[in-house]
Amino acid sequence: MIRKLADSFILGMIYGAAFFSVMLLVGIIGYVFVKGFPFVHWTFLTTVTSILRGSTGIAGNLVNTFYVAVLTLVFAVPVGVGAAVWMNEYAGGGWGVRLIEFTTQTLAGMPSVIFGLFGMVFFGGTLGLGYSVLTGSLTLAVMVLPLITHNAREALRAVPDSYRIGAAGMGATKWYMIRTILLPAAMPGIVTGIILAVGRIVGESAALLLTAGSGYLLPQSGRGLLHKVLESGGTLTVQMYLSMSKARYGEAFGIGVVLLCLVLAINLCVRLIAAYTKRIF
Amino acid sequence: MQYISAERYGNSYRNAEKKRYRDRSRAELVETVAETVFTFCAFCSVLAVASITLYMVVNGTPAVFRVGLKDILFSSTWKPVAKEPSFGIFYVVLSSIAGTAMAVILGVPVALLTAVFLAEVAPKKLAATVGAAVELLAGIPSVIYGMIGMMVLNPVMYRLEQRIFARTPGHQFTGGANLLSAALVLAVMIMPTVISISETAIRAVPAHLRASSYALGASRVQTIFRVVLPAAKPGIATAVVLGVGRALGEAMAVSLVSGGSVNVPLPFRSVRFLTTALVSEMGYAGGLHRQVLFTVGLVLFVFIMLINLSLNRILKERERQDD
Amino acid sequence: MDDIKIRTDHLNLYYGRTHALKNVSVKIRAQAVTALIGPSGCGKSTFLKTLNRMNDLSGNVRIEGGVYLDGKDIYAPGVDVAKLRRKVGMVFQEPNPFPMSIYDNVAYGPRVHGIKDHGTLEKIVEESLRGASIWDEVKGRLRKSALGLSGGQKQRLCIARAMAVEPEVLLMDEPTSALDPASTVKVEELMKELKKKYTVVVVTHNMQQAARVSDDTFFFLMGEAVETGSTYSLFSKPRDRRTFDYINGRFG
Repeated sequence: MIRKLADSFILGMIYGAAFFSVMLLVGIIGYVFVKGFPFVHWTFLTTVTSILRGSTGIAGNLVNTFYVAVLTLVFAVPVGVGAAVWMNEYAGGGWGVRLIEFTTQTLAGMPSVIFGLFGMVFFGGTLGLGYSVLTGSLTLAVMVLPLITHNAREALRAVPDSYRIGAAGMGATKWYMIRTILLPAAMPGIVTGIILAVGRIVGESAALLLTAGSGYLLPQSGRGLLHKVLESGGTLTVQMYLSMSKARYGEAFGIGVVLLCLVLAINLCVRLIAAYTKRIF
Repeated sequence: MQYISAERYGNSYRNAEKKRYRDRSRAELVETVAETVFTFCAFCSVLAVASITLYMVVNGTPAVFRVGLKDILFSSTWKPVAKEPSFGIFYVVLSSIAGTAMAVILGVPVALLTAVFLAEVAPKKLAATVGAAVELLAGIPSVIYGMIGMMVLNPVMYRLEQRIFARTPGHQFTGGANLLSAALVLAVMIMPTVISISETAIRAVPAHLRASSYALGASRVQTIFRVVLPAAKPGIATAVVLGVGRALGEAMAVSLVSGGSVNVPLPFRSVRFLTTALVSEMGYAGGLHRQVLFTVGLVLFVFIMLINLSLNRILKERERQDD
Repeated sequence: MDDIKIRTDHLNLYYGRTHALKNVSVKIRAQAVTALIGPSGCGKSTFLKTLNRMNDLSGNVRIEGGVYLDGKDIYAPGVDVAKLRRKVGMVFQEPNPFPMSIYDNVAYGPRVHGIKDHGTLEKIVEESLRGASIWDEVKGRLRKSALGLSGGQKQRLCIARAMAVEPEVLLMDEPTSALDPASTVKVEELMKELKKKYTVVVVTHNMQQAARVSDDTFFFLMGEAVETGSTYSLFSKPRDRRTFDYINGRFG
């Protein structure tokens, strides 16, 4: 009898813990939306903060976030996918793979402040890029590399060996096989990695604060669009941190709403791809 | 077939042969280039870890020589911009350790119970819903956690503080931005990591172990806590170690809720962590102050590398056990 | 007549729509070894699992009829399954010690049932290990992981683990099919030893084994208990044509 009571008590705690996790999510999303929704309007999304007009806007930060995300992926995706291909298709085990597994895992466990410090002195200092969108993107590329590699590798592993044997049997060269069979088959996994990476980029703040700075202006059109890459640019998260520190809470909550929408959209994409992959395999 | 056409169309056959030879050598070149490029990509991560290590060491050590190891690590006075500055980070290191430990103590039990719920207790559909919620929690940016902590948790803490220290003269009120708030926020932030990795580990426990336990008359709860969780121990250890890494390395959320003064790490004191020292001071620091901040970064880096090494050890151990 | 330990009465079992056991009415004698034989998928393992209600664990199972242990229906409402399983222990096909020390493996059952005293536990562990004829091989390393034992040792440890809760019946589901011949011999000898104290029911796909170790044999086919009786008579003069075909290797 005592045992039954103890069992139900512990089961109750298990249910309680799970309920707590769900309530946490609901609470966070609900709170941010309720508090932040009044601030999200057209001007907020399409203009930059102006002291003259006394208006706040995050258009510059939105554009910066977009720049940083795209540039980071341009650097990280080829390298990450390439690494996965090498590990799965060329290396065939051995010390090389173990070393790369170790370093990838090390990168995955590195806190973003460390990436920030490194990016600041290496890309910003040694390479002379200063506080800029480019510095930030290069830094984040190192940061999301493990994510891309890991997902691409898992996807490559899931490609059945019969594909490889079939292609080899038809006299295809390795590169041809990788290009025409393996990479397309692994595409859902690669795309999942990319989307997860976007999630990390959008949510990142510490590393970017130290490397990309906090500029909030929109790029000039024409040449300025390119030039923006070498200018300082604060993403949404960085701006949100700064708003919080300066006690501009309304603005912070408004950005919070935008960020949560992005996070939800990203999560939805990952789920859709997972469902799609399940259907075709 | 081929030699017949070779006789009849001798010339074009020879040309085709030539072309094929040319194609083959070009194909070989492409193959070599491809392999080289892939190899380079693969070793980028090695390059990255090596250069991060190098840069952290190169930038972090000068201050140690200028200030002295003892005066940095074991002195508790942090006055980087005073006329006679002192750069003791002892309390900062201690705060990081205390905050992480508290976060793990608070967060891991809840996370483990949730993982048990997902893997052992919940019906499939409910598990899918809760699992999705956990995944979403993992995706929420740390600034948002910080903001919620600041707007919701800190006021609660302040009220608590006022009640507890109402009759303690000399207590410095923090307005709720203290070590306990930071630990709570960290506990919540490490939960998704710990949950998902422990869940995987629990699911991987073979079903026949559960069956044996039931056959001995054990209840479900007994089976979970005496057989399943012990069998999943290596995986759970991995989850906890990763959680420790996350808690130790988190910067933005805690910088918003922890107050930020250098103090002995007690629950209701405003504290500064290794990470928050970096993000809050790097912007304006110069000279020796900046160099010392890099030493702070180096200390954090060493901690994280130690965690990574122990993680690697656990994973290797696990591989050996699987054989 | 001998004591009847377990009796089933028109036992029917359904997995969803599959009719896995059909009208099984048998009697299992106390202090004897009963072997269940038959081709794979014939229901012999399923039948074994109904005897300690292990089928309860797999979802959509429906059971009709009765299983009586010492005359009491084990499927009656209000029966404590934990107590039942303590009386009716089970050993599985795969030797599956828990990933803990040898001592903790054997002490697991008693602990689950609330025994905490060290002296008592030590006594139970030693007795059970002796009972499973493995004491001499492991007494020097009780605190070492059970995963380091050989396959045959693991299986005898699992038998010791089952014995530690002092059951009255031991169910064994193909206990030697994952073992090498030498270990098999040891486990078979142990079975003969065990029947002095316990009622043993063993599922086996190996007819020679059934002939060697059992007193009674039940032959199952497609969910039916086709023929039951003393091992000697079942093997020497089977009454049913299908039994004859099976023991002469005509199918299965």
